Amino acid sequence: MKVAKHTFDAVIVGAGGAGLRAALQLAEAGLRTAVLTKVFPTRSHTVAAQGGVAASLGNSTPDHWHWHMYDTVKGSDWLGDQDAIEFMVRKANEVVIELEHFGMPFDRTDEGKIYQRPFGGHSMNYGEAPVMRSCAAADRTGHAMLHALYQRNVRARTHFFVEWMALDLIRDSEGHVLGVTALELETGEVAIFHAKATIFATGGAGRIYHSSTNAFINTGDGLGMAARAGIPLEDMEFWQFHPTGVAGAGVLITEGVRGEGGILRNCNGERFMERYAPNLKDLASRDVVARAMVTEINEGRGCGPNKDYVLLDITHLSPEIIMKRLPGIREIAIQFAGVDPIKEPIPVVPTCHYMMGGIPTNYRGQVVVPKDGDPNVPVPGFYAAGECACASVHGANRLGTNSLLDLLVFGKASAETAVADIKSGNLTLRELPKDAAEVSLARLARLENQKEGEPVADVLLELQRTMQKHAGVFRFKDMLEEGVQKILAVEERVRRTAIRDHSKVWNTARMEALELENLIEVAKATMISAAARKESRGAHVRDDCPDTPEFPNGRNDKEWLKHTLWFRDGNRLEYKPVNLKPLNPDTQPIALAKRTY
Amino acid sequence: MTRVVQFRIYRYDPDKDQKPYMQDISVELEPTDKKLLQALVRVKAKDDSLSFRRSCREGVCGSDAMNINGKNGLACLTDIDSLAQPIVLRPLPGLPVIRDLIVDMTQFFKQYHSITPYLINDDPPPERERLQTPEEREELNGVYECILCACCSTSCPSFWWNPDKFVGPAGLLNAYRFIADTRDTATNQRLDDLNDPYRLFRCHTIMNCVDVCPKHLNPTKAIGKIKELMVSRAV
Repeated sequence: MKVAKHTFDAVIVGAGGAGLRAALQLAEAGLRTAVLTKVFPTRSHTVAAQGGVAASLGNSTPDHWHWHMYDTVKGSDWLGDQDAIEFMVRKANEVVIELEHFGMPFDRTDEGKIYQRPFGGHSMNYGEAPVMRSCAAADRTGHAMLHALYQRNVRARTHFFVEWMALDLIRDSEGHVLGVTALELETGEVAIFHAKATIFATGGAGRIYHSSTNAFINTGDGLGMAARAGIPLEDMEFWQFHPTGVAGAGVLITEGVRGEGGILRNCNGERFMERYAPNLKDLASRDVVARAMVTEINEGRGCGPNKDYVLLDITHLSPEIIMKRLPGIREIAIQFAGVDPIKEPIPVVPTCHYMMGGIPTNYRGQVVVPKDGDPNVPVPGFYAAGECACASVHGANRLGTNSLLDLLVFGKASAETAVADIKSGNLTLRELPKDAAEVSLARLARLENQKEGEPVADVLLELQRTMQKHAGVFRFKDMLEEGVQKILAVEERVRRTAIRDHSKVWNTARMEALELENLIEVAKATMISAAARKESRGAHVRDDCPDTPEFPNGRNDKEWLKHTLWFRDGNRLEYKPVNLKPLNPDTQPIALAKRTY
Repeated sequence: MTRVVQFRIYRYDPDKDQKPYMQDISVELEPTDKKLLQALVRVKAKDDSLSFRRSCREGVCGSDAMNINGKNGLACLTDIDSLAQPIVLRPLPGLPVIRDLIVDMTQFFKQYHSITPYLINDDPPPERERLQTPEEREELNGVYECILCACCSTSCPSFWWNPDKFVGPAGLLNAYRFIADTRDTATNQRLDDLNDPYRLFRCHTIMNCVDVCPKHLNPTKAIGKIKELMVSRAV
C-alpha cells in the first residue's frame, strides 16, 4: 500500500475540548498544526457534558482557589498530584474568562456575570458549606463550550483532518515521538503525519463497559496507541460510576429522583437498600448504592431477561409531584427507557462515566515515563491532555465540573509546552524510521486477510460484559483475579476478529475492529491494575479491604499511596510516588485525612 | 415474544456497486431496543458492511441524521415503534452520497463557515468576563443549541436548488446567534453579508426546517428576525 506523508510542526489527535484548546494555542503561535479527528469536531464527546466547569470566580458566593484545591485533593482521596492540582485550580479563572471572550454563551447573574451553581464535593472554606463554583450554560455546558472552541478555531484557520482515525504512534530507536499513522475513513488510505510535537487529546474509553454514559467513539484510541508504543498507563483501576443510568441506553437519571422518594427494587420487588443502609436506605451515598446494586445483580436478583439491571420506582409518588419536580427525568425515561415513570419503574444500572487514569503526564502536559530511577522523565515530542491523560488531577475520584476544567487547562498547557519546545529548538523534525508505517499496515493486512474469525460485535460484547461483571463499582478479590484471566482470553479473540466488509470507502466495520484493538488495551490495564491494588480508595472499592480503625474506608496509605503504572509488555506493573507537594513553596499542602462528607 | 423489524435501506458502495439499490433486511430486537439507532446497530451486527455515522446516541452530537420514512431526523431520538414498516432509510437528501447513509457534508459546512461563525469583538478584552444581562442572554436561547446535524438544511427545497448560494436554515440560525449576541460588534457587517438575493432571501418560509429540527429550534423565526433587523436598519 502506498503511504502518503504529511509534515507539520505539530499534530494533535482528537478535536474535543482538549484538542481544540491545544489547537488554538498552536495556531495562534503561528505553528503549522494538523488536527486529526474521527468525527467532525463538534461531534466529539465533550458535547455531552452538562453541569458546568469549575472556577473560583466567586460571582455568587465567596470562593478561593485554595478551597478548590482542598476539595479536589480530598475528592481524589489523596491520590491526585498536588502540584498539578494547584496548577489547574489557579489557572481556572483565566481559562474560563478566555472562553467567555471566545463567545461561550454562559448563563448570567443579575449583575451580568457568569452564572455559577453548586456542585457535589465543591465547598467553601475547606468543607464548611456548599459553594457556587460551577460555571454553566443551562444543562448544556459541554455543547456550548465545544462549539465556542470550534468557532474560535475557524477564526484561527486551524487545519483539520476530519474523519481520520489515528492508528499508531511513531517512535524512533531513541524513543522520540515523531507523529502518527492515520487512516482516512472516506478513502481507506493510510498516511504518515510527521511532526516535531505530537499531542494526544483522544478522550475517554468508557466503551470498555457494557453500560456507559460514553459515546460510541470513546474507545481509548490514544491509550491503545500509547500502550502499543511502550508507554505505560497510569491509575487505570479508577473509573467513575453513577448509580442510576438507564439500562441499555446508559443515559443518566439524577440522584434527585431518590431525593423525591424514589426506591430501588430487585426482581422480587424488594426494597433492597434497607439491608445495605438501614438508616438512609436509597439515599445513601453514591458508592454505597452502586455497590448494593451490583451485589444484587451478581447474586441473581437483577431484573429483565438477562437479570442485569434493577428498577428505580417512583410509581408511588403522585403524578403532580413527578410533573412538577421531575419533568426532565420523565422525558428521559420515556425517550430512553420506553417507560412512563408515573406508571412503571425505570430500569437502571450503575453506569460507567469517566476514566480517572490515562497516559501519564506532568502538569505541563508532557508525557512522562520512568527512566534511570526517575519516575517522571518526559518522552521527547509527546504530550497529552484531557480525559486520555493522567496529570494526575483526579486521583482516585473526580469531582463533577473538574473534567471540563482539566481539558481547558491542560489542553492549553500541553500546547504552550510544545510551542516553547519547538521555538527553542529543543524539538526538531527527526528522521522517520524506514518502517514507520509497518505496524499499522500489518494490523490492516491482518484484518484484510483474516478468513476464519469472530465478528467484532461478538468479541466487543464479551469484553464489555466481562468488565461490567468483574471490574465494576464494587470489586471482589476472586472476581478480579478471574476477570484478569477472562480479559486475557478476550485478548486472544481480539487478535482473530474477522470482518466481511472489505471496501476501501467509509468502512466502519474496519474502524470498529481497530477500535476494539484499543479497547482491549484499556480493559487489560484496568483489570490488571485493579486486581493488584489491595486497598479501597475513591472509586476502587474492594470487598476484602473494608473500613477498619487501622485502614479508614479501607484505605492503606502506608502501602498504597502511590500511582499504578501498567506496561503492555508482559502486563508488568510498576508504581510511582504521589506528589503531595504543591507547585508553589508558599502553598499550604492538603494533609492526609480520612475522607468523609 | 420476538420483535422483528423490517427495513428497506439505501445502499451504495462506490468500491463495488455500479449504482445504488434498496436492501431489504430484517432484524430481531431485544426488549431494551427503543431507538432506531439501536436497531441499526443490530442490522450492522448482521451485515457489517452497512455504513452510517453515530456517536453520542442521545441527540446532542448530531452524527446520525438520516431520512427516515421520508422525513429527516436523528436515528438515536426516533422511536422504532413510531415507524411504519418496512422502515425506509435513505441518506439526507440534497447532498452527495459517499456510501450508504453517509453523505458528503462539505457544502453544508461551507455555508456554516460562510457566516463568520465566531464572536467578533475587536475591543481589547477586559480582565474579567464581558457583562451581559440575563435578558440579553435570553436572546440566545433557541439559537445556540444547534447541533449541526443538517436535518433542516437538507429538508429545505431552497437549499436543494441553491446549496452553493443559499446559506440554508442551519447557517442562518447560526448567523442570527451572533447577531443576537450583545457581545458581538459586527452586526452591520453580518447584515451586509446576508443582504443578498440568494444568501438570505431564498428562504420562502416553507418551514420544513422547523418541522424536522430534532432540538425543536426554529430557523424560520431566526431568519424573520434577521429580515426585520435589515428593514429597521434601512429606515
